[in-house]
Amino acid sequence: MARLEINAVSKAFGAARPADGLSLAVEPGEIVAVFGPSGSGKTVLLRMIAGMFEPDDGDILVGGRSVVGAPPERRGIGMAFQNFALFPHMTARDNIASGLRASGSEVASRVAAISKLLKIEHVLGHAPRELSNGQKQRTALARALIGNPDVLLLDDPLRNVDAKLRYEMRLELPNLLRRGTAAVLYVTQDYREAMAIADRLAVLIDGRFAQVATPADIYAQPASVAIARLFGDPTINLAEVSPVAEHGMLSAMVAGARMRLGAADGAASPGSCWLGVRPEDLAVSSASGDGAIPARILAITPMHEKAVLLLRLADGTEWLAALPPDAPQGAADDSVFVRFASDAAMLFDRATGLRIGPTHRLKAA
Amino acid sequence: MEHSSLAGRIFRGVALTLILIFFMFPIVWIFLMSFQTNEQILRIPPRILFEPTFANYEALISGQLRTAAGNLQISFMRNLFNSVVLSSAAVLLALLLGVPAAYAFARFKFRLGESIAFTLLSFRFAPPLLVLLPLSLYYQELGLNDTYFGIVWVYQLIALPLILWIVRGYFEDISPDIEHAYRLAGHSWREAFTRIAVPLAGPGIAAAGLLSFIFCWNNFVFALILASADKQPVTVGALAFVTASGIQYGQIAAAIVLSVTPTLLLALYAQRYLVEGLSLGAVKG
Repeated sequence: MARLEINAVSKAFGAARPADGLSLAVEPGEIVAVFGPSGSGKTVLLRMIAGMFEPDDGDILVGGRSVVGAPPERRGIGMAFQNFALFPHMTARDNIASGLRASGSEVASRVAAISKLLKIEHVLGHAPRELSNGQKQRTALARALIGNPDVLLLDDPLRNVDAKLRYEMRLELPNLLRRGTAAVLYVTQDYREAMAIADRLAVLIDGRFAQVATPADIYAQPASVAIARLFGDPTINLAEVSPVAEHGMLSAMVAGARMRLGAADGAASPGSCWLGVRPEDLAVSSASGDGAIPARILAITPMHEKAVLLLRLADGTEWLAALPPDAPQGAADDSVFVRFASDAAMLFDRATGLRIGPTHRLKAA
Repeated sequence: MEHSSLAGRIFRGVALTLILIFFMFPIVWIFLMSFQTNEQILRIPPRILFEPTFANYEALISGQLRTAAGNLQISFMRNLFNSVVLSSAAVLLALLLGVPAAYAFARFKFRLGESIAFTLLSFRFAPPLLVLLPLSLYYQELGLNDTYFGIVWVYQLIALPLILWIVRGYFEDISPDIEHAYRLAGHSWREAFTRIAVPLAGPGIAAAGLLSFIFCWNNFVFALILASADKQPVTVGALAFVTASGIQYGQIAAAIVLSVTPTLLLALYAQRYLVEGLSLGAVKG
């Protein structure tokens, strides 16, 4: 039972600052996904925790004890690597057993237990080059898990396995990781994986945590326009607006139509903003009316579980709408009208990208 | 291969035979010479068929060289023994020093690291004869002249840079993550070095060791200047066959056959490691 705590950790490589005052705490038994675009410093963070290099500044604590300066083998950390990093000259069994300092019979029983759990008992005698990518990845996971480490670091472990297996592992991993009491830090570039596996998400952008919250909160209430764009497929629709407050309600002109954006919080209008609306919150119909944006359908992509429409609004802005497959979609080149509910609108400051007035825009989760 | 025509196969066979004869001829000729007397060798025209004699080998093994001018003492077997001792010791020492050094150069960035590595390589640039004069003066001062240790030490000029630079490349090809994974599994860096890095670079280490053994074995000038008769290897010992009464071609041929044999056996034994080693770096696996 040990808590992982990262306190104001910074690291610079020349001009690059892949970690710039990072702070995060992971409770025992909790899975926190570190999610961010490539080059945002995810791997650097993991490697500092694992002791492959030391932070320039700040502290890393495992179970309340600072591990900065301690060699990797004394940190109580297990890690699974993106490239598996199996020992090519050892069998899968020896790879897994390498994490144990125990007597022969105990090693055998623990290797048997963990490999049964990960369904790789039948390949224990094989060398890594004889394993499929999925088996390699399970072997690497078994090696990381077998020592019951206090802290488990998973560096994009599903990156190099095929789509079907990735899906299976997304379902399997949370149960597997919650068996122990390890504090789990899970790095990924795939927002779906992050949302499927993690209790909390830490969004890392340019060496800083832009937001740390539950997956549902981050999706519904992104802290900034940059985060809103990272989550969701298709990505969020944006439009430049200048909302005005009237009778306690915010509204703005979007492509020639006046759209209601919910209750105004303060007295002043927010000024120049980004309006963000998720594609699945758009409704498309042929009926004109109040609060409907005139648009033209440019293309329709059927995706079986939904249909994605590429729309051009009256002012030329291109938006995407994700509709249920059975909803009337129309055809390419049709003129349509786009609506969205006022509570689906998110406003972000134009200059800083930060979200404005998050309290009254809480979506029912 | 099955698709080629009969003519193609015959042509390929003939071409291979010709190439083989061309390259193997000197070796085969020396092998034949080692079973002939000086008179048979110098006969014109030379003959392929002759009555073989083991006199050359007998002379080498017994150390008695019979020439027209009388009996000469030669210490060929002693030279052969010296070659084995000197080359093996030099390669062992170079491996002991060079493999950890290669690992350090491959894994750690430190001040002057590249300069030190390049300086070690530059030992190979210097003409040995230029180095030898000051070296022999130092050796006399230090009392290292005509000692096994002195020659093994100077052989490091040959073996150490070779091992360092070949093995370094192999270490650099190993993903550092593999060693990190081993350390996170609770092992010290020393264990990661001996149980992960060295076994994985094994083919490269074998190849570098074999190559430097061959280079040490074939070295001539260092031992010529720095060692006296009882410490000299075969390369220098072969000079004894240039006698007052002529050059003993038969014995030279026999000496070559005997002195090539150990390296040949070693190379044959290490061949699979060598081939694996020379190709492993090229193909990322």
